[in-house]
Amino acid sequence: MAGPTPEERPHPTGRRDEHGVRKEPDHGPEPTRRATVSALVEDEPGVLARAAGLFRRRQFNIESLTVGPTTVEGHSRITLVVEETEAGIEQAKKQLAKLTPVIAVGELSGDAVAAELVLLKVRGEEPDKVHAITSMYDGQTLDAGPRTITVQITGDETTIDDAIDAFDQFGIIEIARTGQTALERGDSPTTPGEEPGHSAGSTDDDEFTNYDD
Amino acid sequence: MNEPATPDAASPEEGDPEGRTDDERERSEPTDGTDTAEEEAAAREEAATREPGSGAAAVVAALEAAGVETAFGVQGGAIMPVYDALSASTVDHVTMAHEQGAVHAADAYGIVRGDPGVCMATSGPGATNLVTGIADASMDSDAMLALTGQVPSDMVGSDAFQETDTVGVTAPITKHNYFANDSDEVGRTVGEAFALANTGRPGPTLVDLPKDVTFGETDRPVGEPTAPDRAVPDLEADEEQVEAAARAIQTAERPLCLFGGGVIKGDATEQARAFAREFEIPVVTTMPGIGSFPEDDDLCLSWAGMHGTGYANMAITHTDCLIAVGTRFDDRLTGGVDTFAPEAEVVHVDIDPAEISKNVHADYPVVGDAATVIDQLDAAIGYGDAPDTESWRAQCDEWRERYPMDYAIDPDEPVKPQFVVEAFDAAMDDDAYVTTGVGQHQMWAAQYWTFTTPRTFVSSHGLGTMGYGLPGAIGARVAADDDREVISFEGDGSFLMTIQELSVAVREHLDITVVVLNNEYIGMVRQWQDAFFEGNHMASQYDWMPEFDTLAEAFGAKGFRIDEYDDVEEVVEAALAYDGPSVVDAHIDPEENVYPMVASGAANGQFALAEDQL
Ligand SMILES: Cc1ncc(C[n+]2csc(CCOP(=O)(O)OP(=O)(O)O)c2C)c(N)n1
Repeated sequence: MAGPTPEERPHPTGRRDEHGVRKEPDHGPEPTRRATVSALVEDEPGVLARAAGLFRRRQFNIESLTVGPTTVEGHSRITLVVEETEAGIEQAKKQLAKLTPVIAVGELSGDAVAAELVLLKVRGEEPDKVHAITSMYDGQTLDAGPRTITVQITGDETTIDDAIDAFDQFGIIEIARTGQTALERGDSPTTPGEEPGHSAGSTDDDEFTNYDD
Repeated sequence: MNEPATPDAASPEEGDPEGRTDDERERSEPTDGTDTAEEEAAAREEAATREPGSGAAAVVAALEAAGVETAFGVQGGAIMPVYDALSASTVDHVTMAHEQGAVHAADAYGIVRGDPGVCMATSGPGATNLVTGIADASMDSDAMLALTGQVPSDMVGSDAFQETDTVGVTAPITKHNYFANDSDEVGRTVGEAFALANTGRPGPTLVDLPKDVTFGETDRPVGEPTAPDRAVPDLEADEEQVEAAARAIQTAERPLCLFGGGVIKGDATEQARAFAREFEIPVVTTMPGIGSFPEDDDLCLSWAGMHGTGYANMAITHTDCLIAVGTRFDDRLTGGVDTFAPEAEVVHVDIDPAEISKNVHADYPVVGDAATVIDQLDAAIGYGDAPDTESWRAQCDEWRERYPMDYAIDPDEPVKPQFVVEAFDAAMDDDAYVTTGVGQHQMWAAQYWTFTTPRTFVSSHGLGTMGYGLPGAIGARVAADDDREVISFEGDGSFLMTIQELSVAVREHLDITVVVLNNEYIGMVRQWQDAFFEGNHMASQYDWMPEFDTLAEAFGAKGFRIDEYDDVEEVVEAALAYDGPSVVDAHIDPEENVYPMVASGAANGQFALAEDQL
């Protein structure tokens, strides 16, 4: 076949980055950021597996995933923290929204309320000091014995990280963290179009009323 | 655990295989076409409102209510109740030799009909044999419903005989799947799965049917098949998006239409063709988009991508405004994204918002149904304000001349595969259906057949599944009108993967022509080995192939053989004249390679025309 060879053909100089965005040829790597995504889902078997499977398959960098019921019967909320580029976060939200049992997906704003719970088991040799630090973080002692003390701390991620650092001096034996869960502040719905049901005894409401970051 | 745990789970290995062949042949005879639309609607309504009696009968009623005419499948222990109910149904069943045959046949049937194809299999190995075809349908956005038998609910999770977690296995490769757990609900679930497969962006769905659920009693009518509300997308795009895209197109100097499979799936070929012609915008298609725009039209540059035409790849490289409709920018199309259409503003029209900016950033995203959106764009651009494309078209024509699709013929050398493809193309009608396996032969069929009609190129694109061609041809034949021809191009390796389905073509007396482009290699692998592995032909030489023409006769089909150019005309004529399945074993030049070729990850404009350019 005739025609100029690959080198002889005219070539445009433009380039795209890894997300297919047109860029200057010398562009650097895309920065990532952390996003908290909330998905309102039908509470049916397998929905968590579907969401988790989706994130694994598409290689989204997922930091934590929590799930629990909402005030509306038959609905659950999945809260995900992902660390991705801007384009990656957009894709993650769209792919999640595509799952049939997913009702709505929202990304939480910077001033949303977010909290995590951690259980810490530390050495029991200095109970007073442990207690002091527990109170400092508004935590609770769940179990205290001669050899170990187990406390519970809730708070936003920085608080939890700080608390863990503070407890480190006693020698932390075991840790269990739940991962973040979050709601939009005030009247804004957490996922677009969401119409929350009201249930008087809902722990959903109480738990965060006095929370302030 | 080798014993069936309950009498219900009895597998056919222990019983008499049912001698249903004659029966089935009778039932799968094409309908006489006298059914009026009203009669059909009445039959659907009757199925939707009758009291089914059992879960299995509800499954079948749901298929009837959805207007399903044919299902493809293989019997087995856990699906037996459904088959039993099917015997009293208006739904024809084509028994296939292997479940992979059933799923590909259903896939091709769906492509040709534009309605979901239906396949059925038993639990465990039956279901896992469907997996390849479901994944294939998923990658190509083919609407399909798979029904699988499952062990009785109370045995689920116990590793019972022929148990597989089918819902778990198929979750990532279905649009959605269901585990039926209630005889009263199962009919609705099947209807929903069918409707969902065909809603918005099409895709495969699956319903797993435990035996106790299909055996269980129910008098609950199944109702009309309805997709969940949330799954029904808006057809119309946002006006602002459309306006912005229209302005970009109007001001472009080198606009290019890129039509993908979504144009065909969205039944938008008419609008797409009118749009390109009205504004005189050159067109390239993706491989799944083949047939969306007639390849004999002056505006058509054929398909772009790894083995697309040089001129299509040049046009993509140099366009300043790419109007992409219904494509997911697969890497076989884009090559390296960094160099893909590097100067183009991208207008991306798609029904699935998640496709927008997934692989290539869309400067102008337009979310909506292809046909509706093209009409919207058309109106927004308006006549008179069209971009002036004259010199750009001249440039495209120049590329067409510089990088023509051709190959050299030497009468004393082995036959070139391209020649065989062209000979059949010349002898067959424009609206013939072409199915393929996967490999070099698939590319030659795509390159050297001139496609002018949507839904006529029936192939495995995204997954690239060898073995698709023959069962695909069976599905296409069953779906197609009698006066349209069906041909399958196969490689020797691909054909051998599902060759057992020839028995089905013979049993059903299907008039299809299988052309094996036999190079005694799994040629595409050999080509890559020559290019990138110093010619080390590890496991790619297939000189142990059977005589396909003789083998065809053993199946009861007609066999032909091509060894040299002089055989071609005669064999083409005889094979097409033969009424029934025929197999042409075409011994081609074993060293022939597919060009042009864009090396994986390279720039489209860097297509090689020969090995030394790679
Ligand atoms: C099921 C499956 N297995 C393996 C491959 C990898 N593969 C791609 S092309 C090819 C060669 C196909 O050989 P053949 O069918 O003889 O066609 P040819 O390339 O010779 O025309 C292979 C092995 C595949 N696509 N599908």
